Amino acid sequence: MVAEANRENIMSTIKIKAKESKGSVTVRTLIKHPMETGQRKNKKTGEKIPSHFIQEVTCKANGEEVINVYWGPAVSKNPYLTFVYEGSKGDTIELSWLDNQGNRDSNKVTAK
Amino acid sequence: MNRRKFIKKSLMTVAALGTFSALLIKPKRVYAAWPKASFDITDLSKSINSVYGHNNLSKTTKVKLKVPDIAENGAVVPINVKTSLKNVESIMLFVENNPQPLSSGYMLSAKSKPVIGTRIKMGQTSTVIAAVKSNGKVYSASKEVKITIGGCGG
Amino acid sequence: MNKFFFILLFFSLGVFASPEEDLDAFRDHFKSRFPSIGFSDYKNGVYSVDSSSREQWESIEEFPPYEINIEQGEELFNIPFKNGNIYASCFENKGIGIRQNYPYFDEDTNQVMTLELAINKCRKKNGEKPLNYYKGGPMADISAYMAYTSRGNIINIEIPNNEKALEAYEDGKKLYFSKKGQLNFSCADCHIWQSGTKLRADITSPGIGHSTHFPVYRSSAGRLVTLHERFAGCLNRIRAKPYKAQKDEYRNLEYFVTYMSNGLEINGPGSRK
Repeated sequence: MVAEANRENIMSTIKIKAKESKGSVTVRTLIKHPMETGQRKNKKTGEKIPSHFIQEVTCKANGEEVINVYWGPAVSKNPYLTFVYEGSKGDTIELSWLDNQGNRDSNKVTAK
Repeated sequence: MNRRKFIKKSLMTVAALGTFSALLIKPKRVYAAWPKASFDITDLSKSINSVYGHNNLSKTTKVKLKVPDIAENGAVVPINVKTSLKNVESIMLFVENNPQPLSSGYMLSAKSKPVIGTRIKMGQTSTVIAAVKSNGKVYSASKEVKITIGGCGG
Repeated sequence: MNKFFFILLFFSLGVFASPEEDLDAFRDHFKSRFPSIGFSDYKNGVYSVDSSSREQWESIEEFPPYEINIEQGEELFNIPFKNGNIYASCFENKGIGIRQNYPYFDEDTNQVMTLELAINKCRKKNGEKPLNYYKGGPMADISAYMAYTSRGNIINIEIPNNEKALEAYEDGKKLYFSKKGQLNFSCADCHIWQSGTKLRADITSPGIGHSTHFPVYRSSAGRLVTLHERFAGCLNRIRAKPYKAQKDEYRNLEYFVTYMSNGLEINGPGSRK
Protein backbone atom coordinates (compact mmCIF):
# COMPACT_ATOMS: atom_id res chain seq x y z
CA MET A 1 0.00 0.00 0.00
CA VAL A 2 1.53 3.33 -1.00
CA ALA A 3 1.38 6.07 1.57
CA GLU A 4 1.09 8.98 -0.85
CA ALA A 5 0.23 7.95 -4.38
CA ASN A 6 -0.70 11.16 -6.09
CA ARG A 7 2.44 11.39 -8.19
CA GLU A 8 2.41 11.14 -11.98
CA ASN A 9 4.21 7.84 -12.31
CA ILE A 10 2.14 5.93 -9.76
CA MET A 11 -1.39 4.95 -10.70
CA SER A 12 -3.95 6.43 -8.31
CA THR A 13 -6.15 4.03 -6.39
CA ILE A 14 -9.06 6.34 -7.06
CA LYS A 15 -11.09 6.36 -10.27
CA ILE A 16 -13.63 9.16 -10.54
CA LYS A 17 -16.42 9.92 -12.98
CA ALA A 18 -18.23 13.23 -12.54
CA LYS A 19 -21.09 14.36 -14.73
CA GLU A 20 -23.15 17.53 -14.51
CA SER A 21 -26.80 17.68 -15.45
CA LYS A 22 -29.34 20.40 -14.66
CA GLY A 23 -27.18 21.97 -11.97
CA SER A 24 -26.35 18.70 -10.21
CA VAL A 25 -23.04 16.91 -10.43
CA THR A 26 -23.21 13.13 -9.94
CA VAL A 27 -19.90 11.79 -8.72
CA ARG A 28 -19.09 8.08 -8.97
CA THR A 29 -15.89 6.69 -7.60
CA LEU A 30 -14.26 3.26 -7.48
CA ILE A 31 -11.33 2.84 -5.13
CA LYS A 32 -8.79 0.06 -5.18
CA HIS A 33 -8.59 -1.13 -1.56
CA PRO A 34 -8.74 -4.54 0.19
CA MET A 35 -11.31 -3.39 2.81
CA GLU A 36 -10.13 -6.23 5.01
CA THR A 37 -12.42 -6.74 8.00
CA GLY A 38 -9.91 -8.32 10.31
CA GLN A 39 -12.08 -11.43 10.66
CA ARG A 40 -10.71 -13.48 7.75
CA LYS A 41 -8.08 -16.07 8.49
CA ASN A 42 -4.95 -16.78 6.52
CA LYS A 43 -5.65 -20.28 5.16
CA LYS A 44 -2.06 -21.37 5.61
CA THR A 45 -1.16 -19.98 9.02
CA GLY A 46 -4.64 -19.90 10.58
CA GLU A 47 -3.96 -16.38 11.83
CA LYS A 48 -6.39 -13.54 11.35
CA ILE A 49 -5.56 -11.15 8.54
CA PRO A 50 -5.31 -7.72 10.16
CA SER A 51 -8.12 -5.27 9.45
CA HIS A 52 -7.29 -2.81 6.70
CA PHE A 53 -10.09 -0.60 5.50
CA ILE A 54 -10.84 2.95 4.43
CA GLN A 55 -12.33 4.93 7.30
CA GLU A 56 -12.88 8.32 5.73
CA VAL A 57 -13.58 9.63 2.25
CA THR A 58 -13.82 13.33 1.59
CA CYS A 59 -14.81 15.14 -1.54
CA LYS A 60 -14.17 18.79 -2.34
CA ALA A 61 -15.55 20.73 -5.26
CA ASN A 62 -13.50 23.80 -6.12
CA GLY A 63 -11.83 23.54 -2.74
CA GLU A 64 -15.07 23.39 -0.77
CA GLU A 65 -16.03 20.20 1.04
CA VAL A 66 -19.25 18.73 -0.38
CA ILE A 67 -19.40 15.42 1.47
CA ASN A 68 -17.58 13.58 4.21
CA VAL A 69 -18.03 9.84 4.42
CA TYR A 70 -17.26 7.43 7.25
CA TRP A 71 -16.84 3.80 6.29
CA GLY A 72 -16.53 0.66 8.38
CA PRO A 73 -15.07 -2.69 7.28
CA ALA A 74 -18.51 -3.82 6.04
CA VAL A 75 -18.10 -1.74 2.91
CA SER A 76 -17.16 -4.05 0.01
CA LYS A 77 -13.64 -4.61 -1.29
CA ASN A 78 -12.63 -2.18 -4.04
CA PRO A 79 -15.34 0.09 -2.69
CA TYR A 80 -17.76 2.15 -4.73
CA LEU A 81 -19.35 5.43 -3.75
CA THR A 82 -21.77 7.71 -5.49
CA PHE A 83 -23.22 11.02 -4.36
CA VAL A 84 -24.67 14.20 -5.86
CA TYR A 85 -24.06 17.88 -5.14
CA GLU A 86 -25.12 21.23 -6.62
CA GLY A 87 -22.40 22.11 -9.05
CA SER A 88 -21.31 23.00 -12.57
CA LYS A 89 -19.44 21.62 -15.53
CA GLY A 90 -15.79 22.38 -15.07
CA ASP A 91 -15.84 22.00 -11.28
CA THR A 92 -12.53 20.66 -9.93
CA ILE A 93 -13.43 17.61 -7.91
CA GLU A 94 -10.91 16.29 -5.44
CA LEU A 95 -11.50 13.00 -3.68
CA SER A 96 -9.31 11.69 -0.87
CA TRP A 97 -9.34 8.76 1.51
CA LEU A 98 -7.67 7.74 4.73
CA ASP A 99 -7.52 4.17 6.03
CA ASN A 100 -7.11 2.62 9.47
CA GLN A 101 -3.44 1.92 8.84
CA GLY A 102 -2.72 5.57 8.15
CA ASN A 103 -2.49 5.29 4.37
CA ARG A 104 -3.98 7.97 2.12
CA ASP A 105 -4.54 8.75 -1.49
CA SER A 106 -6.27 11.46 -3.46
CA ASN A 107 -7.18 12.23 -7.02
CA LYS A 108 -8.70 15.09 -9.04
CA VAL A 109 -10.99 15.29 -12.03
CA THR A 110 -12.95 17.97 -13.81
CA ALA A 111 -16.74 17.60 -13.89
CA LYS A 112 -17.97 17.06 -17.44
CA MET B 1 -23.29 30.42 29.80
CA ASN B 2 -26.59 29.98 27.97
CA ARG B 3 -28.60 26.75 28.23
CA ARG B 4 -27.83 25.57 24.67
CA LYS B 5 -24.10 25.83 25.17
CA PHE B 6 -24.34 24.06 28.50
CA ILE B 7 -26.31 21.12 27.03
CA LYS B 8 -23.88 20.87 24.10
CA LYS B 9 -20.94 20.80 26.48
CA SER B 10 -22.41 18.18 28.76
CA LEU B 11 -23.20 15.94 25.80
CA MET B 12 -19.55 16.01 24.87
CA THR B 13 -18.76 13.59 27.65
CA VAL B 14 -16.20 10.85 27.26
CA ALA B 15 -18.97 8.40 26.42
CA ALA B 16 -20.20 10.54 23.54
CA LEU B 17 -16.73 11.15 22.15
CA GLY B 18 -15.83 8.61 19.49
CA THR B 19 -19.42 8.20 18.45
CA PHE B 20 -21.40 9.77 15.66
CA SER B 21 -23.30 11.82 18.26
CA ALA B 22 -20.19 13.86 18.75
CA LEU B 23 -19.87 14.40 15.03
CA LEU B 24 -23.46 15.48 14.60
CA ILE B 25 -23.12 18.13 17.30
CA LYS B 26 -19.80 19.66 16.32
CA PRO B 27 -19.70 22.29 13.60
CA LYS B 28 -19.80 20.61 10.23
CA ARG B 29 -16.31 21.58 9.08
CA VAL B 30 -14.55 20.22 12.12
CA TYR B 31 -14.63 16.48 12.05
CA ALA B 32 -13.23 14.42 14.85
CA ALA B 33 -11.40 11.20 14.20
CA TRP B 34 -13.26 8.18 12.89
CA PRO B 35 -16.13 7.40 15.31
CA LYS B 36 -14.74 4.07 16.45
CA ALA B 37 -17.19 3.60 19.32
CA SER B 38 -20.21 3.71 16.99
CA PHE B 39 -18.64 1.38 14.46
CA ASP B 40 -17.70 -1.17 17.14
CA ILE B 41 -21.18 -1.60 18.63
CA THR B 42 -22.68 -5.04 18.01
CA ASP B 43 -26.32 -4.38 18.86
CA LEU B 44 -28.58 -2.52 16.43
CA SER B 45 -30.52 -0.35 18.89
CA LYS B 46 -27.36 0.55 20.81
CA SER B 47 -25.74 1.38 17.48
CA ILE B 48 -28.58 3.72 16.49
CA ASN B 49 -28.49 5.26 19.94
CA SER B 50 -24.77 5.92 19.69
CA VAL B 51 -25.34 7.86 16.49
CA TYR B 52 -28.36 9.96 17.41
CA GLY B 53 -28.53 9.83 21.20
CA HIS B 54 -31.96 8.19 20.85
CA ASN B 55 -33.80 5.40 19.03
CA ASN B 56 -36.67 7.36 17.52
CA LEU B 57 -36.62 6.58 13.84
CA SER B 58 -39.78 7.66 12.00
CA LYS B 59 -40.59 5.31 9.17
CA THR B 60 -41.42 7.21 6.01
CA THR B 61 -42.03 6.53 2.36
CA LYS B 62 -40.08 9.72 1.65
CA VAL B 63 -36.85 7.78 2.12
CA LYS B 64 -36.26 5.46 -0.83
CA LEU B 65 -33.99 2.54 -0.07
CA LYS B 66 -32.94 0.41 -3.02
CA VAL B 67 -31.42 -2.98 -2.21
CA PRO B 68 -31.95 -6.36 -3.86
CA ASP B 69 -34.54 -8.76 -2.38
CA ILE B 70 -32.10 -11.62 -2.79
CA ALA B 71 -28.45 -10.60 -3.02
CA GLU B 72 -26.44 -12.30 -5.74
CA ASN B 73 -23.46 -12.38 -3.42
CA GLY B 74 -23.21 -11.22 0.19
CA ALA B 75 -19.76 -9.71 -0.39
CA VAL B 76 -21.07 -7.06 -2.78
CA VAL B 77 -24.62 -5.85 -2.15
CA PRO B 78 -25.48 -2.65 -4.04
CA ILE B 79 -27.37 -0.14 -1.89
CA ASN B 80 -28.81 3.22 -2.91
CA VAL B 81 -30.65 5.79 -0.83
CA LYS B 82 -32.44 8.94 -1.88
CA THR B 83 -35.04 11.12 -0.23
CA SER B 84 -37.35 14.03 -0.93
CA LEU B 85 -36.84 15.30 2.63
CA LYS B 86 -35.17 18.70 2.91
CA ASN B 87 -32.13 19.89 4.86
CA VAL B 88 -30.67 16.42 5.14
CA GLU B 89 -27.52 16.53 7.22
CA SER B 90 -26.66 12.84 7.31
CA ILE B 91 -27.54 9.40 6.00
CA MET B 92 -26.57 6.26 7.93
CA LEU B 93 -26.74 2.67 6.73
CA PHE B 94 -27.34 -0.12 9.26
CA VAL B 95 -27.36 -3.86 8.65
CA GLU B 96 -29.17 -5.44 11.58
CA ASN B 97 -27.53 -8.87 11.54
CA ASN B 98 -24.01 -7.82 10.66
CA PRO B 99 -21.45 -8.25 13.47
CA GLN B 100 -21.42 -4.44 13.75
CA PRO B 101 -24.71 -3.04 12.41
CA LEU B 102 -23.40 0.40 11.46
CA SER B 103 -21.86 -0.01 8.01
CA SER B 104 -21.29 3.60 7.00
CA GLY B 105 -22.27 7.24 7.53
CA TYR B 106 -22.62 10.02 4.96
CA MET B 107 -22.27 13.57 6.28
CA LEU B 108 -23.81 15.91 3.79
CA SER B 109 -23.07 19.58 3.19
CA ALA B 110 -25.36 22.44 2.23
CA LYS B 111 -24.52 21.69 -1.40
CA SER B 112 -25.33 17.99 -1.19
CA LYS B 113 -28.35 16.41 -2.79
CA PRO B 114 -29.64 13.68 -0.50
CA VAL B 115 -28.59 10.79 -2.74
CA ILE B 116 -25.94 8.21 -1.94
CA GLY B 117 -24.96 4.77 -3.11
CA THR B 118 -22.37 2.17 -2.21
CA ARG B 119 -21.80 -1.59 -2.04
CA ILE B 120 -21.72 -3.41 1.29
CA LYS B 121 -20.93 -6.80 2.77
CA MET B 122 -23.71 -8.71 4.45
CA GLY B 123 -22.94 -11.82 6.47
CA GLN B 124 -26.46 -13.24 6.48
CA THR B 125 -30.06 -12.43 5.67
CA SER B 126 -30.87 -9.19 7.42
CA THR B 127 -32.94 -6.06 7.52
CA VAL B 128 -31.09 -3.10 6.03
CA ILE B 129 -32.00 0.31 7.42
CA ALA B 130 -31.36 3.70 5.88
CA ALA B 131 -31.64 6.49 8.46
CA VAL B 132 -31.91 10.09 7.29
CA LYS B 133 -31.54 13.08 9.58
CA SER B 134 -33.55 16.02 8.31
CA ASN B 135 -34.30 19.21 10.25
CA GLY B 136 -33.17 17.53 13.44
CA LYS B 137 -35.54 14.57 13.10
CA VAL B 138 -34.49 11.08 12.09
CA TYR B 139 -36.47 9.22 9.43
CA SER B 140 -35.94 5.74 8.10
CA ALA B 141 -36.78 3.11 5.53
CA SER B 142 -35.89 -0.56 5.79
CA LYS B 143 -35.94 -3.72 3.69
CA GLU B 144 -35.01 -7.31 4.21
CA VAL B 145 -32.22 -8.61 2.01
CA LYS B 146 -31.85 -12.38 1.69
CA ILE B 147 -28.35 -13.79 1.54
CA THR B 148 -28.04 -17.31 0.22
CA ILE B 149 -25.13 -19.66 0.64
CA GLY B 150 -24.63 -23.03 -0.98
CA GLY B 151 -24.94 -22.56 -4.67
CA CYS B 152 -23.11 -24.53 -7.24
CA GLY B 153 -21.35 -21.47 -8.57
CA GLY B 154 -18.62 -21.85 -6.01
CA MET C 1 -35.61 -30.16 -29.28
CA ASN C 2 -35.99 -33.75 -28.33
CA LYS C 3 -33.26 -34.63 -25.82
CA PHE C 4 -32.79 -38.13 -27.13
CA PHE C 5 -32.29 -36.94 -30.67
CA PHE C 6 -29.84 -34.33 -29.47
CA ILE C 7 -27.73 -36.88 -27.60
CA LEU C 8 -27.82 -39.12 -30.66
CA LEU C 9 -26.59 -36.28 -32.79
CA PHE C 10 -23.68 -35.57 -30.51
CA PHE C 11 -22.64 -39.13 -29.96
CA SER C 12 -23.33 -40.63 -33.37
CA LEU C 13 -20.86 -43.40 -33.89
CA GLY C 14 -18.84 -43.65 -37.03
CA VAL C 15 -19.69 -40.46 -38.84
CA PHE C 16 -19.36 -37.46 -36.57
CA ALA C 17 -21.74 -34.58 -37.06
CA SER C 18 -19.72 -31.66 -38.37
CA PRO C 19 -18.99 -28.72 -36.07
CA GLU C 20 -21.43 -26.67 -38.17
CA GLU C 21 -24.18 -29.21 -37.54
CA ASP C 22 -23.33 -29.25 -33.83
CA LEU C 23 -23.58 -25.47 -33.72
CA ASP C 24 -26.98 -25.52 -35.43
CA ALA C 25 -28.26 -28.15 -32.98
CA PHE C 26 -26.89 -26.09 -30.06
CA ARG C 27 -28.54 -22.89 -31.25
CA ASP C 28 -31.83 -24.63 -32.03
CA HIS C 29 -31.93 -26.08 -28.54
CA PHE C 30 -31.51 -22.70 -26.88
CA LYS C 31 -33.96 -21.01 -29.27
CA SER C 32 -36.67 -23.42 -28.22
CA ARG C 33 -35.67 -23.42 -24.54
CA PHE C 34 -35.59 -19.63 -24.28
CA PRO C 35 -37.78 -18.28 -27.05
CA SER C 36 -37.79 -14.72 -25.69
CA ILE C 37 -34.03 -14.21 -25.51
CA GLY C 38 -32.51 -12.31 -28.39
CA PHE C 39 -29.44 -14.14 -29.72
CA SER C 40 -26.98 -11.36 -28.91
CA ASP C 41 -28.10 -11.27 -25.26
CA TYR C 42 -26.50 -14.67 -24.64
CA LYS C 43 -23.23 -12.82 -24.29
CA ASN C 44 -24.53 -11.78 -20.87
CA GLY C 45 -24.63 -15.35 -19.62
CA VAL C 46 -26.89 -15.96 -16.65
CA TYR C 47 -28.18 -12.37 -16.84
CA SER C 48 -29.88 -13.23 -20.11
CA VAL C 49 -32.10 -15.69 -18.21
CA ASP C 50 -32.49 -14.17 -14.72
CA SER C 51 -33.93 -10.69 -14.28
CA SER C 52 -33.40 -10.16 -10.54
CA SER C 53 -29.69 -10.88 -10.62
CA ARG C 54 -29.50 -8.90 -13.86
CA GLU C 55 -30.60 -5.76 -12.00
CA GLN C 56 -27.81 -6.16 -9.45
CA TRP C 57 -25.31 -6.85 -12.20
CA GLU C 58 -26.38 -3.68 -14.04
CA SER C 59 -25.86 -1.76 -10.81
CA ILE C 60 -22.31 -3.08 -10.52
CA GLU C 61 -21.68 -2.42 -14.22
CA GLU C 62 -22.25 1.31 -13.53
CA PHE C 63 -18.71 1.26 -12.19
CA PRO C 64 -17.39 -2.28 -12.22
CA PRO C 65 -14.28 -3.24 -10.21
CA TYR C 66 -12.65 -4.72 -13.32
CA GLU C 67 -12.00 -1.17 -14.54
CA ILE C 68 -9.09 -1.22 -12.10
CA ASN C 69 -7.81 -4.41 -13.76
CA ILE C 70 -8.16 -3.03 -17.28
CA GLU C 71 -6.01 -0.06 -16.32
CA GLN C 72 -3.44 -2.33 -14.68
CA GLY C 73 -3.53 -4.65 -17.68
CA GLU C 74 -2.91 -1.82 -20.11
CA GLU C 75 0.07 -0.66 -18.11
CA LEU C 76 1.51 -4.18 -17.94
CA PHE C 77 0.90 -4.72 -21.65
CA ASN C 78 2.95 -1.66 -22.48
CA ILE C 79 5.94 -2.30 -20.22
CA PRO C 80 8.85 -3.61 -22.32
CA PHE C 81 10.51 -6.93 -21.50
CA LYS C 82 14.06 -6.89 -20.20
CA ASN C 83 15.28 -7.32 -23.77
CA GLY C 84 13.42 -4.23 -24.91
CA ASN C 85 10.68 -6.01 -26.88
CA ILE C 86 6.99 -5.48 -26.17
CA TYR C 87 3.90 -7.74 -26.10
CA ALA C 88 2.56 -5.96 -29.18
CA SER C 89 5.33 -7.55 -31.26
CA CYS C 90 3.93 -11.05 -30.60
CA PHE C 91 0.39 -10.40 -31.81
CA GLU C 92 -1.30 -9.27 -34.98
CA ASN C 93 -2.61 -5.72 -34.94
CA LYS C 94 -0.20 -5.07 -32.04
CA GLY C 95 -2.46 -7.14 -29.78
CA ILE C 96 -5.36 -4.70 -29.97
CA GLY C 97 -8.86 -5.94 -30.78
CA ILE C 98 -7.86 -9.57 -31.41
CA ARG C 99 -9.42 -11.57 -28.59
CA GLN C 100 -12.27 -12.82 -30.78
CA ASN C 101 -9.71 -14.78 -32.81
CA TYR C 102 -8.87 -16.99 -29.84
CA PRO C 103 -8.64 -19.85 -29.36
CA TYR C 104 -7.47 -21.00 -32.77
CA PHE C 105 -5.93 -24.24 -33.96
CA ASP C 106 -2.22 -23.73 -34.48
CA GLU C 107 -1.35 -25.94 -37.43
CA ASP C 108 2.41 -25.62 -36.80
CA THR C 109 2.29 -27.11 -33.31
CA ASN C 110 -0.96 -29.08 -33.84
CA GLN C 111 -2.58 -27.71 -30.73
CA VAL C 112 -5.19 -25.22 -29.67
CA MET C 113 -3.70 -21.81 -28.94
CA THR C 114 -5.56 -19.76 -26.31
CA LEU C 115 -4.91 -16.10 -25.63
CA GLU C 116 -3.42 -16.77 -22.19
CA LEU C 117 -1.11 -19.43 -23.59
CA ALA C 118 -0.07 -16.99 -26.31
CA ILE C 119 0.74 -14.36 -23.68
CA ASN C 120 3.08 -16.75 -21.88
CA LYS C 121 4.51 -17.95 -25.18
CA CYS C 122 5.37 -14.33 -25.92
CA ARG C 123 7.05 -13.98 -22.55
CA LYS C 124 9.09 -17.14 -23.02
CA LYS C 125 10.20 -16.01 -26.46
CA ASN C 126 11.48 -12.83 -24.86
CA GLY C 127 13.28 -14.43 -21.94
CA GLU C 128 10.65 -13.73 -19.29
CA LYS C 129 9.19 -16.11 -16.70
CA PRO C 130 5.64 -17.34 -17.29
CA LEU C 131 2.74 -15.72 -15.44
CA ASN C 132 0.39 -17.75 -13.24
CA TYR C 133 -2.86 -18.68 -14.91
CA TYR C 134 -4.89 -18.74 -11.69
CA LYS C 135 -5.63 -16.41 -8.78
CA GLY C 136 -5.83 -13.21 -10.79
CA GLY C 137 -2.63 -11.23 -11.02
CA PRO C 138 -0.87 -9.88 -14.11
CA MET C 139 -1.99 -12.67 -16.51
CA ALA C 140 -5.65 -11.99 -15.76
CA ASP C 141 -5.08 -8.21 -15.97
CA ILE C 142 -3.45 -8.43 -19.39
CA SER C 143 -6.17 -10.82 -20.57
CA ALA C 144 -8.79 -8.36 -19.30
CA TYR C 145 -7.16 -5.46 -21.13
CA MET C 146 -6.95 -7.42 -24.38
CA ALA C 147 -10.59 -8.49 -24.01
CA TYR C 148 -11.56 -4.87 -23.39
CA THR C 149 -9.88 -3.65 -26.59
CA SER C 150 -11.85 -6.35 -28.44
CA ARG C 151 -15.28 -5.46 -27.15
CA GLY C 152 -17.91 -5.57 -29.82
CA ASN C 153 -15.88 -7.83 -32.12
CA ILE C 154 -17.77 -10.92 -33.26
CA ILE C 155 -16.45 -14.39 -32.43
CA ASN C 156 -16.03 -16.42 -35.58
CA ILE C 157 -13.85 -19.41 -34.82
CA GLU C 158 -13.14 -21.39 -37.96
CA ILE C 159 -12.10 -24.99 -37.51
CA PRO C 160 -9.61 -25.90 -40.25
CA ASN C 161 -10.56 -28.97 -42.23
CA ASN C 162 -7.77 -31.16 -40.92
CA GLU C 163 -7.80 -34.26 -38.77
CA LYS C 164 -5.91 -32.81 -35.81
CA ALA C 165 -8.08 -29.72 -35.52
CA LEU C 166 -11.26 -31.77 -35.67
CA GLU C 167 -9.81 -34.13 -33.08
CA ALA C 168 -9.18 -31.23 -30.69
CA TYR C 169 -12.73 -29.97 -31.24
CA GLU C 170 -14.22 -33.45 -30.69
CA ASP C 171 -12.10 -33.87 -27.58
CA GLY C 172 -13.49 -30.67 -26.13
CA LYS C 173 -17.02 -31.67 -27.09
CA LYS C 174 -16.62 -35.07 -25.47
CA LEU C 175 -15.40 -33.46 -22.24
CA TYR C 176 -18.43 -31.14 -22.30
CA PHE C 177 -20.90 -34.01 -22.53
CA SER C 178 -19.21 -36.56 -20.24
CA LYS C 179 -20.48 -37.12 -16.74
CA LYS C 180 -17.83 -36.41 -14.13
CA GLY C 181 -17.18 -36.29 -10.43
CA GLN C 182 -18.94 -37.65 -7.41
CA LEU C 183 -22.03 -35.67 -8.38
CA ASN C 184 -21.87 -37.26 -11.84
CA PHE C 185 -22.68 -34.11 -13.78
CA SER C 186 -21.58 -33.08 -17.22
CA CYS C 187 -21.22 -29.47 -18.36
CA ALA C 188 -24.25 -30.18 -20.53
CA ASP C 189 -26.37 -31.17 -17.55
CA CYS C 190 -26.24 -27.67 -16.03
CA HIS C 191 -25.63 -25.55 -19.09
CA ILE C 192 -27.80 -27.23 -21.72
CA TRP C 193 -30.51 -29.47 -20.27
CA GLN C 194 -30.99 -27.61 -16.97
CA SER C 195 -29.81 -24.19 -18.14
CA GLY C 196 -31.79 -21.36 -16.58
CA THR C 197 -33.03 -23.47 -13.68
CA LYS C 198 -32.12 -23.34 -10.00
CA LEU C 199 -29.24 -25.43 -8.79
CA ARG C 200 -29.43 -24.88 -5.04
CA ALA C 201 -28.99 -21.10 -4.77
CA ASP C 202 -27.66 -20.60 -8.29
CA ILE C 203 -29.24 -20.26 -11.66
CA THR C 204 -27.29 -22.05 -14.37
CA SER C 205 -26.15 -20.03 -17.35
CA PRO C 206 -26.81 -21.13 -20.92
CA GLY C 207 -23.98 -22.86 -22.80
CA ILE C 208 -24.07 -20.31 -25.61
CA GLY C 209 -22.08 -17.20 -24.74
CA HIS C 210 -19.92 -18.67 -22.00
CA SER C 211 -16.60 -17.48 -23.29
CA THR C 212 -17.57 -14.00 -24.50
CA HIS C 213 -17.14 -12.22 -21.18
CA PHE C 214 -14.00 -13.69 -19.65
CA PRO C 215 -11.99 -12.99 -17.59
CA VAL C 216 -14.60 -12.08 -14.97
CA TYR C 217 -14.27 -10.08 -11.78
CA ARG C 218 -16.01 -12.22 -9.21
CA SER C 219 -17.56 -10.53 -6.16
CA SER C 220 -17.05 -13.71 -4.16
CA ALA C 221 -13.34 -13.90 -4.98
CA GLY C 222 -12.75 -10.14 -4.98
CA ARG C 223 -10.55 -10.49 -8.08
CA LEU C 224 -10.43 -11.58 -11.73
CA VAL C 225 -11.02 -15.21 -12.63
CA THR C 226 -9.94 -16.59 -16.02
CA LEU C 227 -11.90 -19.14 -18.05
CA HIS C 228 -9.66 -22.07 -17.11
CA GLU C 229 -9.86 -21.20 -13.45
CA ARG C 230 -13.64 -21.22 -13.85
CA PHE C 231 -13.50 -24.64 -15.52
CA ALA C 232 -11.46 -25.87 -12.55
CA GLY C 233 -13.91 -24.29 -10.12
CA CYS C 234 -16.87 -26.02 -11.77
CA LEU C 235 -15.11 -29.39 -11.66
CA ASN C 236 -14.35 -28.85 -8.00
CA ARG C 237 -18.01 -28.14 -7.30
CA ILE C 238 -19.14 -31.39 -8.86
CA ARG C 239 -16.36 -33.11 -6.90
CA ALA C 240 -14.29 -34.07 -9.87
CA LYS C 241 -10.55 -33.72 -10.04
CA PRO C 242 -9.82 -30.58 -12.04
CA TYR C 243 -7.35 -30.57 -14.91
CA LYS C 244 -4.40 -28.19 -15.08
CA ALA C 245 -4.66 -24.75 -16.58
CA GLN C 246 -3.73 -24.42 -20.24
CA LYS C 247 -3.17 -28.15 -20.75
CA ASP C 248 -4.87 -30.04 -23.60
CA GLU C 249 -8.13 -30.75 -21.77
CA TYR C 250 -9.11 -27.16 -20.96
CA ARG C 251 -7.74 -25.76 -24.20
CA ASN C 252 -9.80 -28.23 -26.21
CA LEU C 253 -12.81 -27.54 -24.03
CA GLU C 254 -12.31 -23.80 -24.56
CA TYR C 255 -12.11 -24.49 -28.32
CA PHE C 256 -15.48 -26.26 -28.28
CA VAL C 257 -17.15 -23.76 -25.91
CA THR C 258 -15.94 -20.74 -27.90
CA TYR C 259 -17.01 -22.28 -31.22
CA MET C 260 -20.49 -22.64 -29.70
CA SER C 261 -20.37 -18.87 -29.03
CA ASN C 262 -19.72 -18.02 -32.68
CA GLY C 263 -21.75 -15.05 -33.80
CA LEU C 264 -21.68 -13.39 -30.38
CA GLU C 265 -19.56 -10.40 -29.55
CA ILE C 266 -16.70 -10.17 -27.09
CA ASN C 267 -17.90 -8.29 -24.02
CA GLY C 268 -15.15 -9.06 -21.52
CA PRO C 269 -14.02 -8.48 -18.94
CA GLY C 270 -17.27 -9.17 -17.09
CA SER C 271 -18.66 -8.92 -13.56
CA ARG C 272 -20.04 -11.97 -11.85
CA LYS C 273 -20.99 -12.95 -8.30
